[in-house]
Amino acid sequence: MAGQFQKHKLGAAGIGGMLGLSMCITLFFPSFDFRSGESTWVGLDKTLSNGRVIGFSYEDPLVRGEGKPTTVVLNKDPKTGEAIDPPIRAYVYDAKAPLSAGVRHPSNMGPTVGKLSIEKGKIDQANDSDPVVFTIEATDVDGEEWHYVNNATVNNGWTAEAVLNTAGAESQYLIGRGKTVYITEGCWWCHTLLPEHTQDWQVFGTPPFLGDFNGEMPTAFGSDRKAPDLLHVAARNSSKEWMTMHFFNPRLVQPNSIMPRFDYLWGKTDANGKAIDFSKWRAEYNDYVSGKTVHPPEVPEYAPESEARALIDWVLMSLR
Amino acid sequence: MLLKLLFAKEEDIPPGSATIFFGYSAIFWFVVGTGLGSFNAAKLAFPDFVTGTEMFAFGHMRQVHVLAVILGWISMAFAMTMMYMTPALGNTKLWSEKLGLWNCFLWNIGLSLGLFLLWIGITSGREYSDLIWPIDLVVLVAVLLPLGINVWMTIAHRRTQGIYITNWFFGACTFMVMVTFVVGQAPELFNLTGLTEGYLTFWFAHNVLGLWITPVAAAIAYYTIPKLTGNPLYSHRIGHLHFWAIIAFYSTPASHHLLSAPLPEWLKSFASVEGVLILIPAVAFVANILLTMKGRWSMFVENIEIKFSVTGVLLAIPLNMQGGFQQTRAINWYVHGTGWIVAHAHLALLGMSTALEIAAVYFGLQQMLRRKLYSLALANFHYWFYIVGFCIYWISMTIAGLIQGAGKVYEVPYIDVVVAEHPYMIARWVGGTMVFTGNLVWLYNMWMTAREGTVLPKGRYSHELAYER
Ligand code: HEC
Ligand code: HEM
Repeated sequence: MAGQFQKHKLGAAGIGGMLGLSMCITLFFPSFDFRSGESTWVGLDKTLSNGRVIGFSYEDPLVRGEGKPTTVVLNKDPKTGEAIDPPIRAYVYDAKAPLSAGVRHPSNMGPTVGKLSIEKGKIDQANDSDPVVFTIEATDVDGEEWHYVNNATVNNGWTAEAVLNTAGAESQYLIGRGKTVYITEGCWWCHTLLPEHTQDWQVFGTPPFLGDFNGEMPTAFGSDRKAPDLLHVAARNSSKEWMTMHFFNPRLVQPNSIMPRFDYLWGKTDANGKAIDFSKWRAEYNDYVSGKTVHPPEVPEYAPESEARALIDWVLMSLR
Repeated sequence: MLLKLLFAKEEDIPPGSATIFFGYSAIFWFVVGTGLGSFNAAKLAFPDFVTGTEMFAFGHMRQVHVLAVILGWISMAFAMTMMYMTPALGNTKLWSEKLGLWNCFLWNIGLSLGLFLLWIGITSGREYSDLIWPIDLVVLVAVLLPLGINVWMTIAHRRTQGIYITNWFFGACTFMVMVTFVVGQAPELFNLTGLTEGYLTFWFAHNVLGLWITPVAAAIAYYTIPKLTGNPLYSHRIGHLHFWAIIAFYSTPASHHLLSAPLPEWLKSFASVEGVLILIPAVAFVANILLTMKGRWSMFVENIEIKFSVTGVLLAIPLNMQGGFQQTRAINWYVHGTGWIVAHAHLALLGMSTALEIAAVYFGLQQMLRRKLYSLALANFHYWFYIVGFCIYWISMTIAGLIQGAGKVYEVPYIDVVVAEHPYMIARWVGGTMVFTGNLVWLYNMWMTAREGTVLPKGRYSHELAYER
């Protein structure tokens, strides 16, 4: 039998056919399911607060969190001055921040949400090079509540500058930059962002829904859990002080933790512009650990432009 | 020397040069990769070991370990075996030694660059696809494509009638890994987002194992075992069953890595069923090889290459049993995301694949250098450090995984799980460090082989000569 025909030609066709079939089943068919997924509020919040891409990209080649939007919490209308209760989130894109993946390709947000965002939200009038502000609005379609993205600069007349000024520095959050830190520092090698629906409800909270990821890149679920799931960590523990101590040195608050110290995210100076003396801090901490002193050294207050600040903003605002 | 060969005329390059350069590069990356693994393991066991510097943080080092071993050791060793097995099985010479050498050269440069960028945190944040897309393109154009072309052209220019099973695997897998790679990197190249991105990440992670790492390792065994024992392969047909079953079943179960993500339910169920069918190629492979060993089992003790090869084949048994069943929903909920999976990953890569490749690298280098192995004693030292170290790693992480599984099912406070795992983390570090030590010895042994190994007489195979040390 062997050699009667051009074996490798037949073989190549067979391999191509089989691989094609399996790609059809595992890639082409599911693409219909993926495309029909409608974005939830969580999904819209993620895509708007994260910006275009987290990780290496044109706007952020060194993966330092450049070109990301600022998320602010507003309790009054920046234009009319009217109170907003409960406060809402607005997403400010300056001229350097390219639009998020969802706004860029509205079909990413699902057929209905994408359509609402264009028709009602006028997101097609935003572009990469002009500052713009987005909010998430709700509307009724056939008796059901739908969330969509609203171009507040066009619809409400909110300029980026006015929104930032109204909110003030203490209500601005660097969520996109914080998620960048999560990615570059490899937190996701230990933590997951995916409670399992079989048993994690009690401890780690509700697993995510189908529409919670639209427009997010990368999803960074994490496959290998050596530490608590973080998807809802801020709902369990929203203390900024705890987070600050824990990131500086986890063993200050949890002596048995194997989490690495992230003190280097503080950068060179603290909130008051004073240089942080890490070696002194470590020496004092070692004295504390060996029982020579009773109290651990104070954790320096992080500077507003430090990576620690962005990371804590992201943890407390996004992981609820 | 490499530079001289890179610019030499094709006729002037001695046959086997590509094999030799790939072989030593692979061993080098093996030493680097396992060294990094051991460093990471130390950090998980003792979190304050080398602390507070960005460059040596666990999150910066882990992916460097994983990609150094996969793209450096595993894949370069594959390239090395392809450089000498494909022509030997086609009764011809390598299509282009020069292409092979350039391939090796650019591969080392591209990989070093990619790993350096990952190390300083320039990443795409996608597991196993961590390299940023410009580096992905380098991998595609300078690593995978030239390798594939060399293999395909050598097969096309063969001087035998049929194609032996090993070459079927080599030809098909070099093609499939390219397709897998391009699809897997599509989210970065085309800005695909959300669940599509998450799914494609694991589509790639699964298929690179299923269509590249395990089948090519098996293909190597189809060559080494018959060659060294002198027995013909038990059945070429069963070999083909293995081959076609891999393509049909192993290319589909990607979503079993994401059973708890909100993917379509039909896709997850389909993946679980297909995943169990992986047992078909697995049983075909193991049975075929073990039956080929008939009458030559003494070589399992006497011959270092057979020792490694058969170890690899035996490790394929627990590997596929675990693999087939742990991805069903009934079991996956318990072990998902625990150290069990890390143990399984090392069983596949550090166990089965690595053992088969070590054998092929030992054999190929002696053959191409035309020199007998420098020292059997050192090789046995390598074997025992490797296998004992691996077993410590595997057993300790499996236990750690079961503890974690119990912890999550019974909702134990997480920190108690961390405390309970601690002894096993230390054991894993000890085991991994043994593997690393064995590798250092191997590098020395192969270095000495190149310099001082007895020259093989013309027409002789290395395993026909007696060991000297
Ligand atoms: C080596 C693995 C490891 C890495 C890397 C790591 N963590 Fe952790 N993390 C842990 C462990 C273990 C715990 C549980 C013990 C504790 O509270 O410290 C933990 C706890 C936490 C908690 C508290 C969780 C809870 O349920 O209270 C947060 C928040 C957290 N980590 C955030 C991060 C962030 C953000 C990063 C990246 C900058 C990170 N971790 C990197 C291992 C890790
Ligand atoms: C050729 C040999 C090896 C290969 C191919 C390999 C491959 C891998 C892979 C694929 C992973 C990811 C596992 C997962 O996410 O499930 C990994 C993780 C890891 N490997 Fe290895 N490895 C090898 C050798 C070693 C050695 C010798 C050590 C030393 C102890 C080691 C230590 C580690 C550690 C500590 C991790 C991180 C595990 C975790 O995150 O929990 N590896 N390796």
